[in-house]
Amino acid sequence: MESLTNKKKVLQQKPMNFWERLYLPAIFQGMAITFMHMFKKKETIFYPEVKREFSENWRGLHSLKRDEEGRERCTACGLCALACPAEAITMIAAERKKEEAHLYREEKYASVYEINMLRCIFCGLCEEACPKEAIYLDGNIVESNYLRQDFIYGKDKLVEAPFKAS
Amino acid sequence: MTLSLFYLVAFLSIFFSLLVIFSKNPVHSILYLIITFFTFTIHYILLNAQFLAIVNFIVYMGAILVLFLFVLMLLNLNKDSEPLKSNLLKIIGVIGGMCLLVTLVGSTKALHLSDPVILQAQNLGLVKNLGKVLFSEFLLPFEVSSILLLSAMVGAVLLAKREPNNA
Amino acid sequence: MELAFVIEKFILITVVFALSLVVAMYSTLAERKIAAFLQDRVGPNRAGPGGMFQPLADGAKMFFKEEIIPEQSNKFLFIAGPSLAILTACIGSAVIPWGDTIAIAGRIVDLQVTDINVGILYIFGVVSLGVYGVMIGGWASNNKFSLMGAIRAASQNISYEIPMGLSIIALLLVTNTLSLKEITAQQHGWHWNVWYQPLGFLLFMICSFAETNRTPFDLPECETELVGGYHTEYSSMKLGFYLFAEYINMFISSAVMATLYFGGYNYPGMDWVNNMLGPLWGPLVGVAVLFLKIFAFIFFFMWVRWTVPRFRYDQLMNLGWKVLIPLAIANIVITGIWITISDRI
Repeated sequence: MESLTNKKKVLQQKPMNFWERLYLPAIFQGMAITFMHMFKKKETIFYPEVKREFSENWRGLHSLKRDEEGRERCTACGLCALACPAEAITMIAAERKKEEAHLYREEKYASVYEINMLRCIFCGLCEEACPKEAIYLDGNIVESNYLRQDFIYGKDKLVEAPFKAS
Repeated sequence: MTLSLFYLVAFLSIFFSLLVIFSKNPVHSILYLIITFFTFTIHYILLNAQFLAIVNFIVYMGAILVLFLFVLMLLNLNKDSEPLKSNLLKIIGVIGGMCLLVTLVGSTKALHLSDPVILQAQNLGLVKNLGKVLFSEFLLPFEVSSILLLSAMVGAVLLAKREPNNA
Repeated sequence: MELAFVIEKFILITVVFALSLVVAMYSTLAERKIAAFLQDRVGPNRAGPGGMFQPLADGAKMFFKEEIIPEQSNKFLFIAGPSLAILTACIGSAVIPWGDTIAIAGRIVDLQVTDINVGILYIFGVVSLGVYGVMIGGWASNNKFSLMGAIRAASQNISYEIPMGLSIIALLLVTNTLSLKEITAQQHGWHWNVWYQPLGFLLFMICSFAETNRTPFDLPECETELVGGYHTEYSSMKLGFYLFAEYINMFISSAVMATLYFGGYNYPGMDWVNNMLGPLWGPLVGVAVLFLKIFAFIFFFMWVRWTVPRFRYDQLMNLGWKVLIPLAIANIVITGIWITISDRI
């Protein structure tokens, strides 16, 4: 068949000469290469003591943000859950009471907000879908655990700590 | 000390060779055969035939029985019962075994076991002496046997290699 | 004399045995370290300073693992397999001369457990027995992969024993003796056999790679095709025995190669050193030199393992039967002609 582009290269294998068929020179060459690697700089990072820096567009654990007055931004609109391709997010909305105005910014808030970290693929679509800038994937890596149920993170783990000052 | 050791080893070799015959599982048979050959090696050492001992060790235990085991391992492990032989075969086997026994007894009687065989040279079994004897006194039989082995090898290759148009 | 002789041999056997176990133990660490270095990593370094106690940790782990014997396996042979493997690995060290005679407190002590006059053949026999552990264990597991591994081990060992034996024959033409002690004594100073038998040494080394089931000849346990090969069904210390036997085998065959071809405890300028240090410390330097050679070979084994990929099975058989055996026979013929000519002149 005629090729559409002229990028195709026909590889022609020449018959091997004596030294190539002997294989020994090739083996010694390979061994020289591996030997040189003994003196190269080691790439190992000693993990618990030294931590590798995350890249700028790193996406880690989710955190639910607060506004300047320390109120939760989330209004339980459910757009993040809708956007989530892995269906990792669930939430239950509730209406804000009078005395809770200092806790939640909008009149509706998420009484339960859970992310299943085993389902989550850290794609960041929830972050993009959020109209209130309430969820960001700016955390660390997910910690290991023994039970599957421990990977379902509720609001206790997700919501940002309240501001200390003022 | 040597004599009692001999009796012990002889007993072991007969015991294990009986086990070779009586064990139902062919792989077990081969393993007992390996132990039997090992006792033969000890016999050779007791006779001061070090070279024969070690050759027996390498060739029989290390090579031939590995091949035996190689073939037998392809059998199914769980089936240790073989199909029953017919009565005719059993009777023929008994008659054949009896004939062999009679021949053995007769030949041992004819050999006059009473005069002990005295080894002419104590160190005949050592490599140097054995090599000298093999390449001077027994040169012709030695070379003839090598031709025999060669012809066997060529025959095996011929059998194994089918003609290309037949395959 | 008798009692002293027995005590002397007993001490020697204990030391040799302990040494080969310790060397094998630290070979496991060395293997991981060298693998790491060749791949720009650092290797195990958490257990003890620089990972010194890693072998102990590995051993302890092996002991505490759950012991599994498959239901359908042949129980006795399943246990006999690893035992045989480690037994045949250990008895090879009996005939290797670890050093020249040393004088302690007026006694002349020979640093060799026994000098039988068929020493090379003994080692050869022990090596050929080594395959039984693998075969029996692989067959008794009653597992397809184990059986495949066992069959591969059997055919591989048989095939590579032949060029190994033939290369030894060429060596014997040069040395005129089968006793390892005499062979070592002949290589005094720098008269190492490797100068006279370079091709023979190459063949012997390739075959000892195959006999110890080391990469590129590790087809019996080839993980990519056979899960774990002959030790697929093994767990706990029985698996440990198999792995350990491989390292002991490596140590012993390194010692054999150093003794047969690289002069054993001999080194250039040994006479001068012996004169300087006297009859006790002089030979001990020789022992140290022998161990240096052995460690160099062990390093070489590992270096090759982390460089050369595994053979395909037909390549293995082709190499063994169509390349190594003709080369070994040619080596014998060349050696014979050379010896005849040099005798005439």
